[in-house]
Amino acid sequence: MDFRFTQEQDMIRSTAQAFLAETSTSTAVRSAMVTEQGYDPELWQRICNEMYWPAMHIPEAYGGLGLGYVELVATLEQMGRYLLCAPFFSTVCLAANALLVAGNAEQKAHYLPQLAAGTTATLAYTGSSGRWDASAVDVVYAAAEGGYRLSGSYRYVPDGHTAEVLVLAAREPGSANESGISLFVIAADTAGIRRRWLPTMDQTRRQAELVLDDVFIPLEALMGVEAEGWPALAKIIDLATVAITADQLGGAQQALDSTVDYLQERVQFGRVIASYQAVKHKAADMMVKVEASRSAVYYAACIADESLLGGPLGGELTEAASIAKAYCSDAYFFNAGCGIQLHGGVGFTAEYDIQLYFKRARSTETFLGNGAWHRERLARLLLDGAAPGQSQEVSA
Amino acid sequence: MKLSFNAEDEQFRAEVADWLVANLCGDFECIRYRGGPGDEHSFVEQRKNWERKLHEGGWTGIGWPGEYGGRGASIEQQVIFNEEYARAGGPGRMGHIGETLTGPTLIAFGTQQQRERYLPGILRGEDLWCQGYSEPGAGSDLANVKTKARFDENSGQWLISGQKVWTSLAHESRYCFVIARTDPASVGHKGLGFFLLTMDQPGIEVRPIEQITGTSEFNEVFFDEAVCGADDIVGEPGDGWKVAMGLLGFERGVSTLGQQMLFQNEFDEVLRVARENGAAADPAIRQRIADAHVGLRIMRFNSMRMLSGGGDDGSLSREAMIYKLYWATWHRNLGKLAMDVLGPESEILDGAPYALNRLQSLYLFTRADTIYGGTNQIQRNIIAERALGMPREPRG
Repeated sequence: MDFRFTQEQDMIRSTAQAFLAETSTSTAVRSAMVTEQGYDPELWQRICNEMYWPAMHIPEAYGGLGLGYVELVATLEQMGRYLLCAPFFSTVCLAANALLVAGNAEQKAHYLPQLAAGTTATLAYTGSSGRWDASAVDVVYAAAEGGYRLSGSYRYVPDGHTAEVLVLAAREPGSANESGISLFVIAADTAGIRRRWLPTMDQTRRQAELVLDDVFIPLEALMGVEAEGWPALAKIIDLATVAITADQLGGAQQALDSTVDYLQERVQFGRVIASYQAVKHKAADMMVKVEASRSAVYYAACIADESLLGGPLGGELTEAASIAKAYCSDAYFFNAGCGIQLHGGVGFTAEYDIQLYFKRARSTETFLGNGAWHRERLARLLLDGAAPGQSQEVSA
Repeated sequence: MKLSFNAEDEQFRAEVADWLVANLCGDFECIRYRGGPGDEHSFVEQRKNWERKLHEGGWTGIGWPGEYGGRGASIEQQVIFNEEYARAGGPGRMGHIGETLTGPTLIAFGTQQQRERYLPGILRGEDLWCQGYSEPGAGSDLANVKTKARFDENSGQWLISGQKVWTSLAHESRYCFVIARTDPASVGHKGLGFFLLTMDQPGIEVRPIEQITGTSEFNEVFFDEAVCGADDIVGEPGDGWKVAMGLLGFERGVSTLGQQMLFQNEFDEVLRVARENGAAADPAIRQRIADAHVGLRIMRFNSMRMLSGGGDDGSLSREAMIYKLYWATWHRNLGKLAMDVLGPESEILDGAPYALNRLQSLYLFTRADTIYGGTNQIQRNIIAERALGMPREPRG
C-alpha cells in the first residue's frame, strides 16, 4: 500500500501550481469572469498547447498523454485553488469522459484527438427539475429517417453557450427514470440548437441553457445502445463528481491559507489577531476540513482510475464519489464562510478574493448534488440495500 | 498511488486471521469484542490468560526488533495485525501499555539492564504496566507535574511522593512508569525524571474513580515515599520530558485501522437498530447515518495517508496532526446518533443498579474521547500553532 503521490504526480501538481500562480492571478480571474465567454482564449491556448492538460488522461491512441485520474485530480485541485476560469471541466471531465465511457471506436477516434488538442465540449443532461440523477433527463427524442429528432431544453450546462462539441442525453417519449435514455455526440452548431448564457452568482464558472426545437441528429451520433444509456451516463456523472471535488479541495485549501495570511498581518488590541485562541481554533477546524477532504478526494481519484481501467476496486466509484462530494461540498462552504468571518469587514468587500471562493464554493456545492443529496444516495446503499445509481426521493 | 497491500502482506494477513480463528474460541469465546474502552473491567482473568496465549503464538511485541524478542514486523504488517485482530473480535489488550509504550521507550532510551529486566515479562504477557503521567494539577498542562523524586543516599534508592490520576489498569498492573520532578526548584518540562516502579509496595495506594458510566477504568494513585531502584530511572535526572515525549512518536498510526474496525462494529450495530426499529425511514436520521459513514470512511483514507507517507524526519504530517481531533469528535457524535436511533428505548437500562447496554455505554464513554490524550481544545492549539504557524499561547 502506498497512498501518496508518486514523484511524477508531485511534479505534475507543482508544475500546475507554478503555472496557475502566474497566469490565473486575481487580476486575470476578475478580467475573464466578467466576459460572456467566461475565459481568456489566449490562456486556454497556453493550457492546451504548452501544458497539454486536456490531453492528460486521454489514451495515447487518441492523441492524449495516457496519464490517469490521479494526475488529473492533482491538476484540478490547483485550478480550484487559483479559481481558474476555463472550459476545462466541461471539456475534459464531462465530454472527454463521456466519450471514453460511452463512445464507440469511430466516435473516440473522431472526437478525442480534437478535445486533446483544445476543441471545447460539454455534456448536457439536466432539465429544470433540479435533480442530478436519471430523472433529470427530460429532453425527448423520436426516431426519424436516418437518425433522431430531439426536443426540449437543458439548464445548468457548464460552458454550454461556448462549447464546440455537445454530448446530449435524451429519453424516449413516455419513458421515466433510468429507462429509455440515449446519449448523442454532435457539433454544437447543429441546426436548431439555441444556446443562451445564464449569468451566475459564481462568475468564475459558466452555465448555459440549451433549447432544442425538433433538432435532427444522424444515426452515427448515437453513443452505445439506444435507450440503454443510463449506466454509462451514471458513470460519467460519478467521474465528473470526483473531478469537481478536487476543485473544491483546492478552493478550501486556499480559503484557509489566504485567511491565515491575513490573520498574521491584521493587528488589533496590540497583537496580530492570529494570536487569539477563538481565531486559532476556527482556523484549526478549517484545516481538519481540508485534510479530510484531501484524503477523500485522492481516494476517489484512485477509484476513478480503477473504474476507467477495469481494476478490482472500480465498483466503489459511486460510493467514493458520493463520500467525497458530500464531505467536500460542506467543507468548502465551511472554509469559505469562516474565511469571510475571520477577514472581518474586508471579507465582505469585492476587493478581497475570499468572496470569490465563497461563491465558487456555493456553485460547486450545488452542481451534481449537494451534501444532503449525496448523503441520501449513501443512505440508500447503507439502509435500503439499493443498487448504486437508482433514482432518489430526496430533493436537492 | 497504490491502495492494496502486496502479496507477502496478504499472506501475513491470512496467517493472523487463521491463528485468531483457531485460538480465539473455547475458553476465550466469552472475551470476543469485550474489554475495549468503557468495558475494561470485564473478564479480567480471561483477558490476562489471553495475553499469554498471544505470546505463545508469537503475537506480542510484533513491531519490536528481533534482538529484543519481537518480530520486527513492518508498519504494514502491524496495521494488518491490528485490523485482523479487531475484525476477529479480539478483546481489549491488557498488555497494551507495556507493549506499545514501555517496551519502545526502553528500546529507545533504556539501559541494557532495564531491557533485560522488563522486556521479557511484557512479551510473555505476564507483566502489565500502567502510566503515571496526569495529576490533579497537571492535565492538559502535563509539564506542571508536582510529584517529587528524591534520591535517598542512605538506601541508594529514589523515593517518589505525590499523586497521579486517570491511571488506567493501575489496580491490575505490576509496574508503573512515572514522571516526577527530580529538581525540586524546577518548573515546567525541565528537571523531570522518568521512573519505573513496582506497584506492589507499601508506598503506593490505588483508589478507583467511579465514572459517569458507573464503572471504574481509571484510578487515582498515591505515592508516599514509594521506592524506585537507582537503576530504574530511564535516562538521566532531568531527561524525563524528553523520554515522555519520545513515547508519543511511537504511535505512528499502526493502531488506527484496528481502532476503526472497532468503530465499524459499533456503527454496524447502530445500522442494525435503525433498520429494525424503523429509524432508517426518518430523513434526518438517514442524513446523520450517511454522515457517520462518510466520516468513518474518510478516517480510513486519512490513516492510509498517515501510514504511507511523510514524517521521514520524525515530524507529524498534517493528516496525522488532525487525527485525534477528528476521530474523537466523530466517535462522540456516533454515541449521540446511537441514542437518537434508539429513541425512547435509549433510556431503558439492561437492569438495576446501572447496567448500560452497549450503545448507552458508547454514548457515555465517548464523552471521554474528546478529553483524554489531549482535549479537542488542546488539539486545536497544536494544529493552529504547529501546522498553520499561528502564534503560541502565552504560558505562565
